[in-house]
Amino acid sequence: MADPIETRPVSRRTVLKGVAGVAGLATIPAIIAACGPSGASTAPSAAGSAAASQPAASQPAASAAVGSVSVGSNHSDPGEAKGMEEINAAFTAETGIAVALNKVDHGTFQDQITTYLTGTPDSAYTWFSGFRMKFFADQGLNTAIDDVWAKVKGNYTEGFANSVVGNDGKVYGIPVDYYPWAVFYRKSLFTEKGYTVPKTWDELKALSTKMQADGLTPIAFGDKDGWPAMGTFDILNLRQNGYDFHVNLMAGKEKWTDPKVTTVFQKWAEIVPFHAKDYAGLTWQNAADTLVQKKSGMYLLGLFVSAQFQATNNPADLEDLDFFPFPTLGTQFDAENALDAPIDTWQISSKSPKLQDELDAAKAYMEFWSKGSTQVLMFKNQPGLIPTANDADTSTYSPLQKKAQEIVSKATKITQFLDRDTRSDFAGANGMQSFLQNFLKDPTQDLAAYQKTIQDFWDSLPPLT
Amino acid sequence: MSGPIASGASAPSGPPTGGAVVQPRRGRKYSLLTRRDKTTLALMVGIPTFLCLFFIWFPTIVSVLLSFTNWRGISAITSENFVGIKNYVTLFTTYPFFWPAVAHNLLWLLFLSFIATPIGIFVAVLLDREMRGTRIYQSAFFIPVVLSLAVVGFIWQLMYTSQGFINSVLGTNGRDNTIDWLGNPSLNIWAVLVAASWRHVGYVMVLYLAGLKSVDPTLREAAAIDGANQRQTFIRVVFPVMRPINIVIIVITVIESLRAFDIAYIINRGKNGLELLSILIVNNSLSEASLIGFGTAIAVVLLVISLVPITIFLVRTSRSSAADQI
Repeated sequence: MADPIETRPVSRRTVLKGVAGVAGLATIPAIIAACGPSGASTAPSAAGSAAASQPAASQPAASAAVGSVSVGSNHSDPGEAKGMEEINAAFTAETGIAVALNKVDHGTFQDQITTYLTGTPDSAYTWFSGFRMKFFADQGLNTAIDDVWAKVKGNYTEGFANSVVGNDGKVYGIPVDYYPWAVFYRKSLFTEKGYTVPKTWDELKALSTKMQADGLTPIAFGDKDGWPAMGTFDILNLRQNGYDFHVNLMAGKEKWTDPKVTTVFQKWAEIVPFHAKDYAGLTWQNAADTLVQKKSGMYLLGLFVSAQFQATNNPADLEDLDFFPFPTLGTQFDAENALDAPIDTWQISSKSPKLQDELDAAKAYMEFWSKGSTQVLMFKNQPGLIPTANDADTSTYSPLQKKAQEIVSKATKITQFLDRDTRSDFAGANGMQSFLQNFLKDPTQDLAAYQKTIQDFWDSLPPLT
Repeated sequence: MSGPIASGASAPSGPPTGGAVVQPRRGRKYSLLTRRDKTTLALMVGIPTFLCLFFIWFPTIVSVLLSFTNWRGISAITSENFVGIKNYVTLFTTYPFFWPAVAHNLLWLLFLSFIATPIGIFVAVLLDREMRGTRIYQSAFFIPVVLSLAVVGFIWQLMYTSQGFINSVLGTNGRDNTIDWLGNPSLNIWAVLVAASWRHVGYVMVLYLAGLKSVDPTLREAAAIDGANQRQTFIRVVFPVMRPINIVIIVITVIESLRAFDIAYIINRGKNGLELLSILIVNNSLSEASLIGFGTAIAVVLLVISLVPITIFLVRTSRSSAADQI
C-alpha cells in the first residue's frame, strides 16, 4: 500500500498541500456561500444552449415515444414511494418507456429546488403549483406543456386548470393531487365526551375551554418544522380579511403592517392558550399522534394527517378520523368557504441534460399522470392525497376522502398554503417560519412593532425578476 | 537539500573556473540554481500557490463581492444586482435574527471555553493516572467524538423530547408540567450546548491525554523530589510544559464554536432560539430561499469574526517560533 506513495515524494507533498488547502477552505465559512457562483455562473450559458436545442429536439423524436425518462420525485414517505413504484411500473408496461427514478427526501427536495432546476435536473419532476411554479417558469427553468394540456384538459375542473398556468399564459404543469386543510378530530372522542362540532369562533373557544377542563389539549399543534403554524395564519386571514386581501398580502401588494393583519394575530392570540404547550418541540407527526391517542381534541392540518392514523395498522383508527371546516369568524368572508388546498403537480424541467432525447417520453409521462387511473395508484398508498382528475375512480374513496373532495368543491376560493403562495425567500426558516414562532412565543407582544419587523424583512428582499 | 542543488549547479556549467570568470553579468553571478532547479522550485511553489489562490482566496474574494449584490443564484449577475451595502444595513438594523445568532455563537464559545474544555482537561488528567479500567473510560468518553454531530443531534433529540428520557426521569412528562427542552426558546440553546459539550469533552480529553503521555516523566519525578504535591505538579510543571497542546485546544475550541451548526440544524433548523450564524447562511443562501447575496453578507461577517482568533493565534505562534530560533 505505502510503496507507490513513498516513491513519489514530490507528488505526495503537492497532494498534501492540496488537501490542506481544501481543509483550510472548510474552516472558512465564506466558502459555503461561495460554492454557488462557481457552479451556477455557468448556468446561464447552459440555459441558452438548452433552450436553443429544445425546438429542434422535438422534431426528430416525432416517432413513437420509446426510450427512457428521468424522473425527480419528492415522494419519499413509504406509502408515497410505493405509489411511485407502482405508477412507474404501470407507465413502463403501457408505453415501453423505462423510468429512471430519482427519489429525494421531501424537505431536501424543496430546499434544493433552485440548485436542482438550475443544475442538472431530471426531465420530469414533482413540484408545487401556483406562485412557486410561476416563479421558476418566469426564470425559464421549466418547459411549457400546452400541447399535453390540450389533450388532457377535459379531465380537469377550472380550479385545477388555473393552478398550472404561468404568468405568460402558458401551461407548465399537470395537477395530480391535492389535500384540503381542515380541523381534524376523532368521532369517538366527541361522542364519548358529548362534544359537538363548533361552527363559529365562540363555539370553538367554548369547546376548547370544555376540553381543557376534561384534561385534554384542546388544539393539537406541532410547529418544530416551522411551516404548520402558517396553516393557522392562512385560515384566520382568509376568514377575517378574505381571499383577495390574503393573496395580495402574499404577493406583497398589501403591507404586513396593515391593521387587518393585526386583527388576525389578535384572533390567533385568543386561541394560543388552547394550543399544545410543547408545540415548538413537536413535529406534525408528534402532534398528530396526540390526536390518535385521544390526548388532544382537535387539529388543524392537511388531510395528510391521516397517514398517522393509517400507521397504527388499526383500520378503526382511520375510520374514526373526521374533520370539519374551520369555524366562521362572523365576517362577510365566511361565505367564501375559503381554505388551503395545496395542489401538487408534475412539471418538465428546461435544463435537464437528457431533455433533448427525453422530451417526448417526459410528455408521455405527464399525460399518463393526468389519468385518474394513475392518480388512484398513488392515492391507494397515501390516502391523504386526493386525485385531481375528473375520471378518477371515486368508488374506493372512504367517507373521509369523499368529504375532503366535497369541502374543496364547496370552497369558492382556494389558496395553496402560505409558503407556496408567497416568495420562497420570505417564507423560509429564518423568515416567516421564525416570525410566526416569535409571535407564538409571546402572543400579547406589541403587534405593531412585530408586524414592522415582518414588513422590514419583506422590503429588504431583492426584486423578484 | 543543499547536496543536490550544489551538484546540480556544477554539472551543466561546464568548467567551473571558466564559468565564473567569463560571466560578469549582473544577477547571474550569485545564481546557484540550474534551469531544472528553477522549474522544480517554480512547480513546488507555484502549485501550492495556485491551489491556495484558487481554493481559498478566489472563493473568499468572490464571496465578499457577492455580499454587495442581491443575486438569487439563477440568472447572470448584472450591474442592477449590485446594491452596495444594503445587505449589511439590513443585517445590522432590521433583520431580527442576526444579533441573536451572534449572541448564540458567543455563548457557544464561552460555554465550550469555560465549561466543556476544562471538564475535558480534568477528565484527561484523571485518566492519565493509570487507574483501573482507564481504557474503558477513555473509549466511553471518546465515543461521542466518533459519532457525527448529526447523530449526536438525533440522540439528544430523543433525550430531550417532551416524553423523552430526561423528562421521564424528572417526572415532568405530564401534559401541563412538561419541560419543553428543545421548544422553549430560552431553554433550548442550553440544552443544545450540553449536547455539544458532551462531544467536545471527549475530543479535548483525547488530545490532552495524548499530550500528557508525552510529558517527560522525569519532570514529575523531579517535582516530586522537590516536595510538590499532585496539584502543584500539574499547575506548575505539567501545564506549562503542555503549552503546544494547550494552544491546539484553544484553537479547536474556537473553531468548534464558530462552526457550530449541525446539532441546532438537526433539531429545528436554527429557529426559535437556536439561531446561529452558520445556519443563517445556509437558510438564506443554500435553501429554497436562495438569497445568495444576503447569505454571503452573513458569511463575510462570520469570516471577519473568525479572523480575530486566527490573527491572534498566528501572531502568537510566529512570535514564539521566532523566539525559539533565538
